[in-house]
Order: sequence, then C-alpha cells, then structure tokens
Amino acid sequence: MFYRVPLSRRIFTIGNVFFLTFITFLCIVPFIHLLAVSLSSNVAASAGEVKLLPIGFTFEAYHFLGQKVEFIRSLGVSLQRVVLGTIISMFFIFITAYPLSKANSQFRFRTWYVWFFAITMFFGGGLIPTYIVVKETMLMNTIWALIIPGALNVWNMIMMLNFFRGIPKEMEEAALIDGAGHWTVLWKIYLPVSLPSIATIGLFTIVWHWNSWFDGIIYMNSPDKYPLQSYLFTLVTSINLKMITSDDISTLQNLSEKTLRTAQIFLGALPIMLVYPFLQKYFVKGMTVGSVKE
Amino acid sequence: MIKHSYLGSKKAKVELPLHLMLIPGVIVTLIYAYGPIFGIVMAFQKFQPASGFFHSKFVGWRNFEYIFNLPDFTQVIWNTFFIAVMKISLGLAIPLLLALLLNEIVRGWFQRIVQTSIFMPFFLSWAVLGGVMIEVFSLNGPVNSIISGLGLEPIMFMAKNNWFVSIIIGSDVWKGMGYNMIIFLAAIVGINASLYEAAEVDGAGRWKQMLNITLPGMAPIIILLCTLSLGSVLNAGFDQILVLYNPVVYESSDIIDTFVYRLGLFDQQYAPAAAVGLFKSVISVAMVSISYYLAYRFSKYRIF
Repeated sequence: MFYRVPLSRRIFTIGNVFFLTFITFLCIVPFIHLLAVSLSSNVAASAGEVKLLPIGFTFEAYHFLGQKVEFIRSLGVSLQRVVLGTIISMFFIFITAYPLSKANSQFRFRTWYVWFFAITMFFGGGLIPTYIVVKETMLMNTIWALIIPGALNVWNMIMMLNFFRGIPKEMEEAALIDGAGHWTVLWKIYLPVSLPSIATIGLFTIVWHWNSWFDGIIYMNSPDKYPLQSYLFTLVTSINLKMITSDDISTLQNLSEKTLRTAQIFLGALPIMLVYPFLQKYFVKGMTVGSVKE
Repeated sequence: MIKHSYLGSKKAKVELPLHLMLIPGVIVTLIYAYGPIFGIVMAFQKFQPASGFFHSKFVGWRNFEYIFNLPDFTQVIWNTFFIAVMKISLGLAIPLLLALLLNEIVRGWFQRIVQTSIFMPFFLSWAVLGGVMIEVFSLNGPVNSIISGLGLEPIMFMAKNNWFVSIIIGSDVWKGMGYNMIIFLAAIVGINASLYEAAEVDGAGRWKQMLNITLPGMAPIIILLCTLSLGSVLNAGFDQILVLYNPVVYESSDIIDTFVYRLGLFDQQYAPAAAVGLFKSVISVAMVSISYYLAYRFSKYRIF
C-alpha cells in the first residue's frame, strides 16, 4: 500500500513541532539562563550581558557559597527538616493507613475514624488560628513547628491506604488465624511488601519538605533558623524591592552579588530537578487513578 | 448495651491494636487540624494572645464590621476573584490546547522530552520560581533586552500594575500547565481507537477527527476539571503573590490571603484577620460543596 501524506498535513506537523519546541524552551530556558548567570563573572552578570551561555566562565560564586554562613546554615536546617520530617511523616502515614485499610467487618469503628480524618481535607481553621495553635503548643522557633503540624498528610495517607487494599489477603488471614496480632501483620507482612510505595510517598514528602518555605517564615523568629527555601524567599523579596525602588539601570548594576544570588536559587532548585522525572511517573499514575476512573 | 458487649468481647481484643495504631494520628489531627477549626471562635472575640481562645471576650460581629469598613477590602476581594478566575480559565484552556497538539505528534522521544520539560516548573517552589521570574523580567534581564532589541522602551514589569497581574497569571499558568496537560493526555489515550479507524474509513481528516472524536471523548474530564475548579475561585495563589508582589502593586495584586497575612502577622490584629479568613473559608467551603455535588452529578466523580 502506498500512502501519501497530504501537503497541508505536512505543513501542520512542521508548525506543530516548532510550536511545541518553543513551549518546551519556554519551560527550560529560564533555568539555563539562571545557571549561565551563576557561572559568569560578576561584571558581565551585573551588566545583564549574559543570555544562555556564561560569559567569563567561573565557579567563583559556587566556591564563595561554601563560606556564606546564611546559605550553609539554612541548608543544614533544610536537611534536618527533610530527614526528620520524612521519617516522622512516613511513620504516621504507615501506622494510620493500616487500620483504615481494613474492611468494616474487620474493624468496627473504621467509618468513624475515616470521617474524622477526611473532614480535615475540606475544612481548616485558616492561617491565623493555625498560627495561634502552633504558638500555644510551644513549637515556635523549633524545627518541630515545621514537622509536627503537617506530619499526617491525609492525601498521602489515602494513597498508602489504597495501596494496602491491593495486598492479597491470604497471608494476612493465615497469620491472624495462627494467632498473630495486627502488630505482627503490620511489621512482618505489610512493611516488607509496601517498601516501593513507602519509597514513592516518601519521595513526595521529601519534595514537599524541601519546597516549603512559608511555615519557616512565620514560625521561626530569627533568620538563622530558616530552612533554605525560606532564606531564598527573603533573598528574592529583598532584591525585588531594591530593583523596584531603583529606577535606572546604573544603580541596578551596582547591586552586587547577582552571580551569588542566582547560584543559590539554582542550588535550591537542583535537587528537585534531579528527582522529579522519577516522581512524574507516579504522579501520572496516581492522578489518573483518581480523576479518570469511570 | 451494645457498647458493653463490644468492650468485653473477643472482637474488641483483636481490634485493640487497630485503635492503638490510630492514636498518634488522632492526636496530631485533633490538635493541629481540629484545634484551628475550633480556634475560628477568635473571629468573634476581642482576641488577646495572653487570654487564649478560652478567656478572650466575645464581641459578636464587630470584627466583621471592622474589616468590611476597611477602605481596601472590596478591592482585595475583586483582585482575588479576578486573578483566580483568569488563572483557572487559562490554566485549563492552554493545557487542553497543548495536549491536543502533542497528541498529533507520533509517540516517541520528542513527545517525552516535551512532556517532561513542561512538567518541570510544577515541582519547584515559588521561592525558587519567584527568583527566576525576577531575574528574567528585571530591567536588565533577558526579556527587556529583547524588548530594547526591538527598539522599544524597557518595561518595569514588577512595578506596573497591569503588567504585574499579567505576569502573575501567566507564570502561574506556566507553572501548572504540565499537570493538567497530563490529565488531558491520559483522557485522550483512553479514547477507543476503533472510533478513529472508522472515521478514517469514512474519509474524515485529522481536523474532523479531533472535532468529532477527541474533543467529545474528553468532554467528561473537561467538565469534571471545570466543576472542581469552582472550589478555588478565591484561591488566587498565596505563595506566588507573596514572593513577587510589593507595595507598588498592592492595588492590583493584594489578595485575601496576603491581606490576612499582613493584617494578622504584621499588624498583629489577630481577630480581624481571622474574621477575613473565616469569610473566605465560608465562601470556599460552599463553592467546594457545590462543585463536588456537580462533579458527582455530571461525572460520577467521588474521592473515596
């Protein structure tokens, strides 16, 4: 069979590829620009000469970051937050999802508990009452303010719960008949089988903790307790204000440290850029399960 | 007496660990989710941090009278509504267009690269993306160098009300388009392939196929996303605006959430700020309920 592609179709395809390439660039080029600025000499960067390739290539900004106290300190807070927060969150999610994944016949008050948790997905107290509660429970100015209030993410818990439901019931039933309790089933049967889904939800939690900055801003009294993203927030807003109050380019050029600033922002984005392609896959799966089911 | 028989029964003994496992989650949820919900009473109090929720004096609707008489409040509500509606509509239309276009490309590496790249900004925080925006749109940034290359005057994007709102809306659509595009693509993949074969036999071109098969096939998901987005007509994007805005553009971009933030945590007017928050929550909860009801009616959508 001979099949000829009509001319109009060919023109459309070429235009389409061009357009989609353009959109793709739109999503990547800003980050390439950011990287290029951070790798340029400060003079070229401040003058706004750098576009997509570094001018006067140098690692100076990144070297200097090693001595920048605010950056190193906030990076430390972030790492602490990510590690502690993820471990605690995963414990909460794992141990809460197990009872709720049982059938009503197996766990009599299940429906009550499910409602108890589900309601919090739709109602919240809002910013100010939450702030007051965190303050009243003495978490202010400690790392726990960033970890405990959000420790049980109900959406993630439901994801875990749905995974538990997919585990074949035979092993569990056999164990229960042999006289094992639910604790044994949880640690000896469920934990080993669910490691992949723990890893997935764990990765989501890591990304969430790494990206959060607003809680750091409101719950920490002093900037030396800010996680990295909160520190970046202060950096970005202060420079934004300076740029607006100075209305000609010459004063802008006197704002030093442009390479340093872009280097820090780029490093704030880098871990996410490295892990998100893996997450994307699970994200697509999870979303489509929730949204396209008939 | 049913309760007694449960408490002593063998069933209760087997189920006891299940109750114990829920204790940590229940405690945290009680304090940090139900605590603030209860704390909304402060919107009706002359709240003093020293006296707490329990001992502050009740003042009825006075906080609400106070906030509704603030000169900027109507403007703030309008800004919130306008920005949110623009973000929602463009945030659905553009990904839909992209999904349809991407679907016309043969599956392979090109499609994967496009999809992965478009998804990237979605995963980054506004602290980072705000930094990127400020560099890109600054007076000597790349966008302005293109503008001056065309022989036009450079623009102070971050300090001009109308430009600023466009950037807020545009960059939010840019950040989120990968997410909705993937939902739309999944819906396209789910369309029965034999429909296309039949259309081809009947001599329908790609354009006709798109109009008569792809779009109708996607109708349920489009309707679903539209109804669900009803719930966020007052969510104009707190993080994003907090990073990017500044006093010069308050007039166009101060939204309910940023207003609450400044009133409550900067001016320490806790109770009036909580009242504004409650005002927003009541409308949002009503809209969310309506949207879920409609979503259930039209697409049999349920979360559980």
